Amino acid sequence: MTVQTPVSLEERKDKLQGLGCSRKRVEDARFTQGKGHYVDDIKLPGMLFGDFVRSPIGHGRIKSINKEAALAVPGVKAVLTADDLRPLGLHWMPTLAGDVQAVLADEKVLFQNQEVAFVVAEDRYAAADAVELVEVDYEELPPLVDPHRSMDPDAPILREDIKDKTEGAHGPRRHPNHIFTWEVGDKAATEQALAAAAVVVEEQITYQRVHPCPLETCGCVASMDKINGKLTIWGTFQAPHAVRTVASLITNIPEHNIRIISPDIGGGFGNKVGVYPGYICSAVASIVLGVPVKWIEDRMENLSTTAFARDYHMTGRIAATPEGRITGLWCHVLADHGAFDACADPTKFPAGFFNICTGSYDVPVAYVSVDGVYTNKAPGGVAYRCSFRVTEASYFIERMIDVLARKLDRDPAEIRMINFIRKEQFPYQSALGWEYDSGDYHTALAKALKSVDYDGLRARQKASREAFKRGETRKLMGVGVAFFTEIVGAGPVKNCDILGLGMFDSCEIRIHPTGSAIARLGTISQGQGHATTFAQILASEIGIPAADITLEEGDTDTAPYGLGTYGSRSTPVAGAATAMAGRKIRAKAQMIAAYLLEVHEGDLEWEVDRFQVKGNPERFKTMKELAFAAYNQAIPGLEPGLEAVSYYDPPNMTYPFGAYLCVVQIDVDTGVTEIERFYALDDCGTRINPMIIEGQVHGGLTEALAIAMGQEISYDADGNVHGGSLMDFFLPTAVETPAWETDWTETPSPHHPIGAKGVGESPNVGGVSAFSNAVNDAFAHLGLTHTQMPHDHWRVWQTAQRLGVTG
Amino acid sequence: MIPGSFDYHRPRTLEEAVSLLASLGEESRVVAGGHSLIPMMKLRMALPEHLVDLQDVAELKGIRIDGSQITIGAMTTQAEMIASAELARLCPILRETALQIADPQIRSLGTVGGNVANGDPGNDLPGLMQALDARYLLRGPGGERELPARAFYEGPFTTALDPGEVLAAVRIAAPAAGHGWAYEKQKRKIGDYATAAAAVLLELEGGTCRKASIALTNVGDTPLLAEAAGRALVGTAVDAAAVKAAAEAAKAIAAPAEDGRGPRAFRVHLTDVMVTRAVEKARSRAS
Ligand SMILES: Cc1cc2nc3c(=O)[nH]c(=O)nc-3n(C[C@H](O)[C@H](O)[C@H](O)COP(=O)(O)OP(=O)(O)OC[C@H]3O[C@@H](n4cnc5c(N)ncnc54)[C@H](O)[C@@H]3O)c2cc1C
Repeated sequence: MTVQTPVSLEERKDKLQGLGCSRKRVEDARFTQGKGHYVDDIKLPGMLFGDFVRSPIGHGRIKSINKEAALAVPGVKAVLTADDLRPLGLHWMPTLAGDVQAVLADEKVLFQNQEVAFVVAEDRYAAADAVELVEVDYEELPPLVDPHRSMDPDAPILREDIKDKTEGAHGPRRHPNHIFTWEVGDKAATEQALAAAAVVVEEQITYQRVHPCPLETCGCVASMDKINGKLTIWGTFQAPHAVRTVASLITNIPEHNIRIISPDIGGGFGNKVGVYPGYICSAVASIVLGVPVKWIEDRMENLSTTAFARDYHMTGRIAATPEGRITGLWCHVLADHGAFDACADPTKFPAGFFNICTGSYDVPVAYVSVDGVYTNKAPGGVAYRCSFRVTEASYFIERMIDVLARKLDRDPAEIRMINFIRKEQFPYQSALGWEYDSGDYHTALAKALKSVDYDGLRARQKASREAFKRGETRKLMGVGVAFFTEIVGAGPVKNCDILGLGMFDSCEIRIHPTGSAIARLGTISQGQGHATTFAQILASEIGIPAADITLEEGDTDTAPYGLGTYGSRSTPVAGAATAMAGRKIRAKAQMIAAYLLEVHEGDLEWEVDRFQVKGNPERFKTMKELAFAAYNQAIPGLEPGLEAVSYYDPPNMTYPFGAYLCVVQIDVDTGVTEIERFYALDDCGTRINPMIIEGQVHGGLTEALAIAMGQEISYDADGNVHGGSLMDFFLPTAVETPAWETDWTETPSPHHPIGAKGVGESPNVGGVSAFSNAVNDAFAHLGLTHTQMPHDHWRVWQTAQRLGVTG
Repeated sequence: MIPGSFDYHRPRTLEEAVSLLASLGEESRVVAGGHSLIPMMKLRMALPEHLVDLQDVAELKGIRIDGSQITIGAMTTQAEMIASAELARLCPILRETALQIADPQIRSLGTVGGNVANGDPGNDLPGLMQALDARYLLRGPGGERELPARAFYEGPFTTALDPGEVLAAVRIAAPAAGHGWAYEKQKRKIGDYATAAAAVLLELEGGTCRKASIALTNVGDTPLLAEAAGRALVGTAVDAAAVKAAAEAAKAIAAPAEDGRGPRAFRVHLTDVMVTRAVEKARSRAS
């Protein structure tokens, strides 16, 4: 008889590395050794390279295009223009927002760097040389840069293709440069609340145009196999299945003959959700030439043409009682969408989930209207590390709350505490139509305030202001308080779709006979660590160690259909599908265990990695044993095998939240802002991998720092884009990045199978407000209510100068 | 972001480099560390037909010190300049300035010669060379000549360097022992050129300033020697009034362009702040 050392329950649990374990990222072995496999690493025999001729001007008419000199460059195979794409009906393409976008400029150019012609050559060098030699003759037209002028009666008409359309994808259009008006809430009741209020504050808040700027730019390799008629496209796609369906619909190639593969992706942050001219041109070139065609953006192309974010010009009004209780919220947004409406939002939400702008507060009535307009700028309007327009909404309300606090001369933390939705109000119905699933805001903010010794900070600030007055320092201290509620995990198919594709997600699991597994999902990691965390969800559900579970995503020929990764939807939706598929596996395993142990299914209970007989835990079958039996033992009434698929349509969104505090020191003479301290408390519901959460928070806060303190894509009066290179577009290095302090509370989502809410985007959403509130707070005693981002040196200095504190 | 085509040459001696340039003609350029030239070539703002790479020319490398005379070979990297203990002792402002150029990767390839010959008003060393009254040793087909740094810069990317000439070395007379120095630079982030920067060298005698020179980076088409600003300090105790006068004088000659670093008014104001801070720091270091 062999004596087995009994393995404790804890040891068995630890071996799984399931929920709550800070398991090391399985992806990092390849990434840290330079062994990742990105789209530009793909090399196929005979592959050609595409490169764009781009518009040097912001608005103009194309009088002629002469390709001859370009075609004469050795190695050049083709030069495509709109006229070449027209016979295929591919010179325009549908956008995700119900508009159309020129694939190659058709008669007009509408923004600087717009795609005008596509050169295909044997190598990148020949393509770049030929690009210089395509002669395009333009007639310049007056550029329209200021969105506030878009609907002026005498504004130049940008979109001549739709100038007579009075009905757009989202309702009536009032002007040829008007895209839509979107209204939510009770206008009359809100106006009444404002009229009746003892206190009303109003502010103009602009969230500047920025860009997600992933380290890897966008690109693809398209390969048409003329023998079997199959088109394969490897690309930087955040939603490979959606790309396949859209590609099929616009090219008429049957969907089974299109294969989309997202290899390793070097960051997306929303930039890689859209469909870009480079993809269409590469596919057409491959179809026409019969060989693979690669297209890779350079940094300037990425920053100046593919999907910007934000550019929201918001006017807000809050009605409140003298004690600071909010009685109403009113907001109007002028949304600059650029030359085509290529926002990536669920179809019914042309301004995304901007109507989450009542934030974390119990606002009785609210009204929001958004006007989308065209300008001579690059299209986009994607969610840069946030769920659709949630960062804009959060920034708006968090600045407005501070403005209210200022007006009432109250502490901003206190005004938040007074207005928070209370714990017992969840599930909470917001005035603008959302049902918040769970939250405990008072506890979170109280913990944050205590952790940073908030009262101590305010006392120090007071002393430092007095020292400033006495001329002992030239620095102003600011304390930024921000609280955010996100709305992520789009979403319920009943109201969330993109181009008609329902926003469910999926997971398919196969257990191998020896008790390891492979799981495939409809999402695609761009650095989030899906292969690590989703295996952990499964490990806890099915009792197989995470290390024995392979996770695959991104190949539409093998992965189940799903809508991809953005808007923090992977854990709320695909993560739920993973848990549900795991539960199906477990249910079948239970039947097998019942047969093997000769008991009724109801007599079994699950414990970590096994089914055991209730009251008799010595009699058990581990998942490993059950897997083997599933394949190799004839079990009456059961099919062999152990597999499951789940398509999960979430019943609701999830609502992560958090409390962030930022302390800054501003040198009024130089405009330099030093981040003295940043504390971030996140509540993302059930925590799957605390180390990955911390990593996501660090990354998102760094982006928030970049946005608040420096990022901007701007246009001059002539329509020239500025900030289109990393010399000017602020990407912080380790030197500019402060040390982050992270903390947490845990309020599970009541409707998610494991209670998880998603965390990847929270730090960007909450961080921007915290930085900006801190900068504004530094000047608050001088009468400042709001100053526009980015808070770069010169703007901060101008603010100081305006307030009379510069030397 | 792909350069036009060019031929590549790699001479082993200065003489060979100079004769290559002479025979290849106007469309040839030397390349040193490549960290200004290659980005410009990728943007096709520079389209040389021939690149003459100086990296194998041993005689252009190294730092030589002869008493108080410092000679820095053009191909000495910025990192090598930073690492030199002797330079740090004799003329510490060289190290202080070089440490504020770009980032460590760039400094380990970027050269001293390339930085001063480039002619970009954003480069930090040219401003410093104004303050130090450095001399550039130039070698061309007609032989060698020496030119003061103060006479070298003519406009953005235009210098007194004749076609076919190579900058062989930078010569500096070390400032007197006990001098005060400072290079103050404000930038948006690591790897950025100055929004405004100031180099200050001064000497005190019994608490009175007997010599001062002040120069400015990136607030004009060329590096600027702020002569009046330096004069405003001489003969004073470098007290608040003198510092203010110097800063005012420097500010008066600043003519920066508006760019992503800020509007003109801000950069002019910042010139004042950089000069003020550099003078105060230099004074505190002088003995
Ligand atoms: C991201 C980035 C940030 C930077 N930030 C800064 C900064 O903050 N401050 C700063 O000062 N610089 C900065 N630089 C520039 C850097 O210091 C360069 O290295 C320097 O300007 C040029 O030196 P190089 O050896 O690389 O010259 P190259 O790029 O090889 O040459 C530059 C020019 O000088 C000419 N040249 C080079 N050597 C000679 C010679 N011996 N004789 C005649 N002509 C010659 C070349 O023909 C060319 O026209 C930055 C560069 C980058 C890429």
